[in-house]
Amino acid sequence: MEKLVNLFSYGLFFWQILLFLALLLLLKKFAWKPILNAIDEREEGIKNALDEAENARKEMQNLTADNERILKEARMQRDSLLKEAREMKESMISEAKSEAQQQAQKVIDQAKTSIEAEKQAAIADIKNQVAELSIGIAEKVIKNELADKDKQVKLVEEMLKEITIR
Amino acid sequence: MYKRNLVKTLTLLLLVVAFSVNAQHEPATSTHEKQASSKKDYKAEIKAEIKHHVKDSYYFDFNSNSETGEYNGFSLPVILYDNGLQVFMSSKFAHGKKVAEVGGNYYKLYHNKIYKTDAEGVLQFDEHHHPTNIKPLDFSITKTVVGIIIVSILVFWLFVSLAKSYAKNGAIPKGIGRFFEPLVIYIRDEIAIPSIGHKHYKKYMPFLLTVFFFVWFSNLIGITPFGLNVTGNLAVTAALAFLTFIITQFTSKPNYWKHIFWMPGVPWIMKIVLAPIELLGVFIKPFALTLRLFANIFAGHMVIYSLLGLIFIFHSFIGGSLSFGLALVISVLELLVAILQAYIFTMLSALYFGMASEEHEMEHTE
Repeated sequence: MEKLVNLFSYGLFFWQILLFLALLLLLKKFAWKPILNAIDEREEGIKNALDEAENARKEMQNLTADNERILKEARMQRDSLLKEAREMKESMISEAKSEAQQQAQKVIDQAKTSIEAEKQAAIADIKNQVAELSIGIAEKVIKNELADKDKQVKLVEEMLKEITIR
Repeated sequence: MYKRNLVKTLTLLLLVVAFSVNAQHEPATSTHEKQASSKKDYKAEIKAEIKHHVKDSYYFDFNSNSETGEYNGFSLPVILYDNGLQVFMSSKFAHGKKVAEVGGNYYKLYHNKIYKTDAEGVLQFDEHHHPTNIKPLDFSITKTVVGIIIVSILVFWLFVSLAKSYAKNGAIPKGIGRFFEPLVIYIRDEIAIPSIGHKHYKKYMPFLLTVFFFVWFSNLIGITPFGLNVTGNLAVTAALAFLTFIITQFTSKPNYWKHIFWMPGVPWIMKIVLAPIELLGVFIKPFALTLRLFANIFAGHMVIYSLLGLIFIFHSFIGGSLSFGLALVISVLELLVAILQAYIFTMLSALYFGMASEEHEMEHTE
């Protein structure tokens, strides 16, 4: 301990404190403050730049996501449009078909009724003609009867046999 | 791995050869008394040289020859406070051979200390062969003070130029600043912030940075061939530790004193036991700081000088080169010790500041 005390020099202690404090104050003003501030500023700058890059990246991601979503929607819309068109086409065709059928049926029906009417008219005509013929026959029969009764009857029968109305 | 083994074997071989050669050498020399006595002289001279080196001096000598009394170097100013300031150059002492006369007072340099004497320079000795003459208050610019000034100028120039390079290059360091800036950031991020905390670390940063670089550069300048020994002086390390102590006490918060005198979270009887221990610890901490740095650097200087001295004692090619190799290895180790001790001093200072500025009450169950 005594040796340690002997090693201790008050003058040196005094100078060390004085010079060190001077160095500390000078460095604080001319070195540490500018250096630490510069480092802080730079770190702040780097941090900001990184944040900005991150934000930009996120925005990019959002944009691409948006694009994809829009594309998907467009595709879906196109699909639904196509589907609708197809359905419309089919329904139009089937409608047209059924209408044509109806129309055709109508025409056929009309034709049938007119044919029936013609037929009836023809039958009526034939009936009239038969009547006239019968009357003519009858006249002839009557004339023949007036001549030969048997012959007349026979004639009528024959005549009637010939003219069979279907 | 192979290489390391090779180096190991080679070193071992060299050691064995060196000792065997020395052993053979010993009896041969003992027959020649003259050589033996010269060896003894060497030992004494080396011892004196080491003692001279590790101590502070009033001269800045690069080398000296004790036989012819030749010194190469320059003298430094001596400043004494003895009935007013007495300022003169140390050349007046002529390395202890003359009595310096300044303003009617006489001073003599004896074993690197200045004593006030009469005109003839007579020193009175006690039974332990210590002079009993008065030692005047001594504020001389000694060799160590010159070392402190050199280190201060170096550190100041380095970091001011670093600070200026920021302004010039837009916050990007250039040249040597690229090496020193990471150290500044390391001290901030690995020492100051973890020990002190984000809130208060800024006000301690200038001291921590200055102390780190001052101690490191002082340690480094001690390894240079100029023979400066700054941080191996008790007064220097004591001054640094004293500043740490003062800053710790003056920036302390009430919480710090509460932890010393009335430790929270322990039974009251323990509080009474702990208070004096903690109070003692306040003073032991700077004392430990002082001794740790001083002893490490002092011992490093002693070891290197002793190994270099061995070259003259071995006085053979193998022993000499081996001592030289060992001194080289220790010098490299000292390079590591230089930054390590600077780091430890800074780290512990930061820890003490952290204790002093701690504010929040820790979660104690009371």
